[in-house]
Amino acid sequence: MFDWNWAFTWEILPRLIHATGNTLIAAGAGYAIALVLGLILALAQRSQYRALTFLVREFVEFIRSTPLLLQIFFVFYVGPQFGIRLSPWASGMIAIGLHYSCYLSEVYRGGIESVPRGQWEAATALNMTMLQTYRRVVIPQAIPSALAGMGNYLVGIFKDTPMLSVIGVAELIHTANAIGSENYRFLEPYTMVGLIFLAISLPAAGLIRVFESYVRRKLGM
Amino acid sequence: MENMSAYPQEISGENIPMVKFAKVRKAYGDLVVLDDLDLDVAAGEMVSIIGPSGSGKTTVLRMLMTLERINSGCIYVDGKPLTHMPANGALVPASERHLRKRRIDIGMCFQHFNLFPHMTALENCMEGPVQVLGLSKAEARDRTEELLEMVGMIAKMDQHPSRLSGGQQQRVAIARALAMRPKVMLFDEVTSALDPEVIGEVTNVIRQLVSEHNLTMLMVTHQMGFARDISDRVCFFYDGKIEEQGPPAELFGNPKKERTQQFLSAVKEAV
Repeated sequence: MFDWNWAFTWEILPRLIHATGNTLIAAGAGYAIALVLGLILALAQRSQYRALTFLVREFVEFIRSTPLLLQIFFVFYVGPQFGIRLSPWASGMIAIGLHYSCYLSEVYRGGIESVPRGQWEAATALNMTMLQTYRRVVIPQAIPSALAGMGNYLVGIFKDTPMLSVIGVAELIHTANAIGSENYRFLEPYTMVGLIFLAISLPAAGLIRVFESYVRRKLGM
Repeated sequence: MENMSAYPQEISGENIPMVKFAKVRKAYGDLVVLDDLDLDVAAGEMVSIIGPSGSGKTTVLRMLMTLERINSGCIYVDGKPLTHMPANGALVPASERHLRKRRIDIGMCFQHFNLFPHMTALENCMEGPVQVLGLSKAEARDRTEELLEMVGMIAKMDQHPSRLSGGQQQRVAIARALAMRPKVMLFDEVTSALDPEVIGEVTNVIRQLVSEHNLTMLMVTHQMGFARDISDRVCFFYDGKIEEQGPPAELFGNPKKERTQQFLSAVKEAV
């Protein structure tokens, strides 16, 4: 029978809001790691050192072909056997950042490859270094076409933060589980968690599209 | 690897050519694009390169701009090797560092302009002077505005390339290359992608360069009339070799080789 308890809903809301903060921090920090590491992986895959290119490509394939959950368990539970003892938060950030960096590296790679060869040649004709060519010519042009993919993975990483609940990071699902088992009521916490996710994901997707067209305009494209 | 001992490590003396191709060979697999090319271009000389497509004309410029590596031979600029560098008394293939040091003397304009779309016309022209030559923004701006004035683009300097016509973009591209103050300018079919009515605005800029500046220029073109007007020398390329070369009046007026005659009459019919 449908039996929604409003008083209970209001009572648990502050805890859920606090957990929302944790979720956003987890998603934000994980995404920041993924953005930087993803760029490094993308550039490494384009390097002229064949061995490095090969290793990075295999690594990216490996991470993309195995579940995030397994990677989280590995960092948290297997890490200590190699002397790497990390808190749930640190393990979670590393696992999720690493996982998404591999997806983002592909997004960057696509963006970089969308820059016409003539742009590289013009940079050479101006005698730019490789670093200047990337920084001043290629990456600014790669970003607009990569933005859509980058935005998708921002929402994706946000929706994947519940995986961190399995190692005890107090994000939304973890908190909802705790509330549910303390009170023997699951309807309200889970429903509220769903609504919170929806309330953040939907506007985020819209904002990303607005940002994308802003960047394109800014770059005169 | 080729024995480089036959090539001097530096060309000295009077009247050294600004650009020298010495037995330069370029092949893609079995396809030989340039076959032991020897070509000297004197300082201040304007050389046009004509010929059927696939004859290796554009490759000549791309190798000189170091966009393509050569397979054998050596290219010299201003007496010093470009594609090679001296090491322990011998010439070895140039490192990226050597290339960067030497290609500063060379500028290039492309068929499809290749302006940076995320920068305005002014920013496009200032990019090299500021980032590569290390000029202050003010110095670079002075230099650039002068050049944009010369190519007639000063009024549009704050526009992005997407807002400019092909002819306007190409004029900005010429200013961008000149802003680096190269000794040698390369024009690779710079009018081929343009609508007929704007070709004149680009060729006029090049005419002005020829008459007012002492630049060494190599130009690949399909515009025979233009080549005839402004060149000191015209090279007709056929099958990876210079089939015939000479002053424009001679080459166009009285071509000696049969292939040159065939090519020129075919071009004439097309016009």
